[in-house]
This record gives sequence, C-alpha cells and structure tokens, in this order.
Amino acid sequence: MSAISLPEPAVAAQAVEHAEPRPRRWYRQPALASGAILLAIIVAAAIAAPLLTRYNPIKQNLNATLLGPSAHHLLGTDQIGRDTFTRLLYGLRTDLRIAFIAVLLPFCIGTIVGSIAGYFGGWVDSVIMRLVDIVVAFPFYVLIIALVFVLGPGQRSIYIAITLVGWVSYARIIRGEILVAKRQDYVLAARSGGLPAFRIIGRHLLPNVITQAIIYAMSDIVQDILAIVALGYFGLGVQPPTADLGSMINDGQNFMTTHWQLTTFPGLAVVVVGLSLSLIGDGLADLIRPGQA
Amino acid sequence: MTFVARRLLMLVPVAIGVTIVVFFMIHLIPGDPAATILGIHATPARIAQLHKQWGLNRPLVSQYLLFMDRLVHGNLGQSLYYGGPARPLILGRLPPTLWLIIYAAVLAVAISVPLATIAATRKDAVRDHVVRAVPLLGLGMPPFWLGILLIYALAIKVRAFPVSGYGTGFLGHLHAMFLPALTVAIALAPVVIRALRASMLNVLGADYITTARSKGVPATRLFLRHVLRNAVIPAVTVLGINIGFLIGGTVIIENIFAIPGIGQLMINSIFRRDFPVVQGVTLVFGVLVVLVNLFADLSYAALDPRVRFDR
Repeated sequence: MSAISLPEPAVAAQAVEHAEPRPRRWYRQPALASGAILLAIIVAAAIAAPLLTRYNPIKQNLNATLLGPSAHHLLGTDQIGRDTFTRLLYGLRTDLRIAFIAVLLPFCIGTIVGSIAGYFGGWVDSVIMRLVDIVVAFPFYVLIIALVFVLGPGQRSIYIAITLVGWVSYARIIRGEILVAKRQDYVLAARSGGLPAFRIIGRHLLPNVITQAIIYAMSDIVQDILAIVALGYFGLGVQPPTADLGSMINDGQNFMTTHWQLTTFPGLAVVVVGLSLSLIGDGLADLIRPGQA
Repeated sequence: MTFVARRLLMLVPVAIGVTIVVFFMIHLIPGDPAATILGIHATPARIAQLHKQWGLNRPLVSQYLLFMDRLVHGNLGQSLYYGGPARPLILGRLPPTLWLIIYAAVLAVAISVPLATIAATRKDAVRDHVVRAVPLLGLGMPPFWLGILLIYALAIKVRAFPVSGYGTGFLGHLHAMFLPALTVAIALAPVVIRALRASMLNVLGADYITTARSKGVPATRLFLRHVLRNAVIPAVTVLGINIGFLIGGTVIIENIFAIPGIGQLMINSIFRRDFPVVQGVTLVFGVLVVLVNLFADLSYAALDPRVRFDR
C-alpha cells in the first residue's frame, strides 16, 4: 500500500551482507537440499506418469467405480472408475506445468518494471507504484477469480490472470532492493564510467538483487498452485476431463464419508509440493543471509 | 500536512484506479460482452437493451463517466438473474463476510502470538524448530481442502459444529462460524507466525530489553509491556499486507461452508453469469481492502509514533 508497510530497514541490512563472501555450498544447506530433492522426486514422478502407471487418467471404467485401495489401484478409483493414483500423477503434471509457466511472465515483467521504478525514481516511480497500489487493492483470489470469469474458464485465462495480478510483488521487491543498491559505490563507479542506464541495471544491479525475487518466486509458485487448484475446484480452471487436483478434490467431496482418500490425497499432494518449495525458498534465503533465519 | 491527511489523500488515486479496473472488466470479456454474458439466452432485443444500459455504443471515456455517475449515486447496476438492482443484494450479504473476516483475524492472532512466543523465547530449541515447521506445511495447504477435512472431522464425525451456515444471534454466529474462521486463520497463521517470531527475536536482542532486565523488571511484565508491544507492530504490518489474502480467502471458504456472504454471492453469480453482480462484488472487495489497509496504517501510526515523522 504505502511505503510504511514495506520492511525497508531489513532490505538495507541485507544489501550490506550481499558484499560478504559466501563460501557455503547449496547442498550443505539442509533446508535447500531436502526441498530440492523432494521437488525433484515430485517433478520426476509427474513427468514419468505414463511410465509409473498403466491406467489412462481420463478413460472411464464403469465396471470398476469407487473401488477401495488395493494392489491394482493404489488409491482406489473414482465415481466413474478412473484410477485415483493415476489421476493424481497426471493432475500434478497439469498443475505443476501451469504454475511453473505462469510464474515466468510476472517474474520478468515485475523485475523489469521494478528496476525501472527503483533506478529512475521520480514520476516514473510514482506512476508505477500507484499502479501497484491499485492491483494490491484487490484480494488475490477475488481478482484471479473475477479475471478468469470474464476471460472465460481455461488455461489461457489462468496465465493472463496470474500475470496481471502477480507482477506487482516482484516489482515491489526489486524496486526496494534497487533503491538501496543504487547508492552503492560500484553503481556510482559504473555511472561515472558513462555506462548507459540499462546496462547498469542489467549487468550491475540485477545480478545483485535478483536473488530476492527468486526467493519470493518460490512462495509465489505455491500461491499460484493454490489459485490453480482453487479455480479447478470451482470448475473455472483446467476443464474436465483433464486431470487436475482441484477438480479431483471437488469430485471426491461427495464421497467424503465413504471414500475419504479421493479428496484427501490430492490436497496432500499440494501440501507436499508447497513444503518442498517453501524449503527451497527458506534455504536460499538462509544461504544469502546466514544466521538471520 | 498531518500523517492522517496525507494518508487519506493517497487514497484518491487508488480509489479511482480501483473503479477503472472494475469498469474495465467488461471489456476483457471476449467478443460482444452483452452477447457473451447472455449466452444461450441472448436475443437481439436483450443484447440491445444491455448495450444501452451499459452504454457500450459510446466512446470508452464516456462509458467510464456513465459508470462513475451511477456509482456515486450508489447504483451498482442491475442483476441479470434477479432483475432488481445489485446494491441491496450485495450489501445485504456483507455482514456474514465481515463477521468471518474479523473472527478469522482474531483467531489468527490467537494462534500466532502463543506459537511465536514459544518459538522466540527459546531460539533454536526443539520447540522453536517445531513451530518453524508449521508455516512450511501451512503455506501450501489449499484452504478449501482444509475446510472440507475440518467439516468431515469436527462436524460429521464428531458433531461439535454445524456442517454449514451462519447461525443466529451472537453466540450462534460464534459457534456456526468457528470452523470457517479457523480455516481462514490457519491459512493466514504461517505468515503471521513467521513475522511475529522474527520481530520478537529482534526485540529480545534490543538494548532496552537488557536494560529492563538489569533493572529487575519481572519476566511477565517485561514480556507484556516491553517485548510484545514492540513485536506486535511488524506483525500488524504483515497482517495488513496479507489482509487482501485474508479477505480473498473468505470467497473460497464461504462457498465450502455455505455462509451467505458476498464471497458465496460472487461464485454463485459467476455460475449464473450475472456479470453486474460479480462486478459489484469485486468493487466491494476492493473497497474493503483499501479501507482495512487504511485502518492498519493508521493503527500502525498509533502504535509507533515514529511512523508519523518518517516522511
């Protein structure tokens, strides 16, 4: 909203520590290493879904509806006889792919816009920050749901909605970091050397501040997955019959008392994905500013 | 200018921006907005009527001015589903939503303050690590999924709470809305716990705490008067930043628990393709966030006098 809600002093403190050498290797950072391994396993399982299961995620089998867990169907089957474990893997595949793609555009746009605002300041900064204020004035879910409604349900709308809403956070983070970093001596040196502004931003400032945006991206992906799953739950996101964790949770809800696994496991899968990305984010943050945890 | 006046002045561009975004929603609809919204019910007469009502055949600026003219007269458009004006429909649904938001914020603080205290007072002990693991699990938890599990566990298996609804009377609301408020609070708690723990650690290391300790201030008093009061300020900020998330979460949770608030109205109106109501609810949500943020900033200034001299 306003400048007072941004933790400026913390940014300043980090900027000083940026200069320190960082001898620690990423794999020695327990949170980062365990998060990366966990995510690698999930992503590998999602990619290798066709190899891990012999069932088709969308093919109905009305002779095998609502079966309990067994050796044939690890998590049982749903109301139209589709293997739940298979749909879980394919659902992860769909939702992870959308989330990882969806995070790219806001990341790039927000970084560019934020560095322009932070570096040039003045009226450019004021205009951009007022734009940020306006987007932030809407609750995240409300804006995403409203945008997907007007654009029409489906993946394309999800990408557009997440981009329109998501760039603000990156812009705020990068702007805050650049405001501090641009007063450092190396930037003054680059400027007095007559380097053009975009070269200073791209080659000197961004490499020093981009990590903060990357750390934020980890929690942003989690948030995007939650939004995708929520949209799927309301039938606004990935359209059936494509497997999606949100619509799986919705389908299973009607059978909660008798077949709790139908709803529980898709949600649990989202929690585990969130856990792995949070661990990576925390580990990265710790790697950059050790001891601050 | 005083801090309050400046803060109020900053509201103007944001308020105008919010109305522009809400106004522009109609132009994001692919094709002819009126025909798309009406779908299978579209007849040339009805399309023409909507075109006239929304001023779609005028230039863009003139459309916006028409929209604003209606807005300042309290007109949020006509509901396509109910036929009547959208404003009473939306405002009548506001109380349950406000109830849920306040209830959830209170529960979030009630969960976060003890947990953050437990963690911060023994940094790096087992209990600190346990509390720090909570946000890791909580951040990736879909709130609606948690709501479904809570309904199953506490309303169907153990019949402690109603499965859905809003209840009647103060105690009735308190009872009926406990599970939905708890769901939103659990979704919000991870961020608040993190912020509160970090700021408590900061405060605990400050010189004035050492001074207070050396003066022999009793531990409880030290904690309540010196640590908590100062540590709460950043937590209020974090709560303020995430208020959008809190308010947005109610959209989803109201639908899980069938609470007749504006979130449920929004989703129902989406399924009824009742565009003016969706537009109106979006606007009300935006206004709500702006007002809560204003309140958070002002209370922040009241808690910490330094803020007022900052700029």
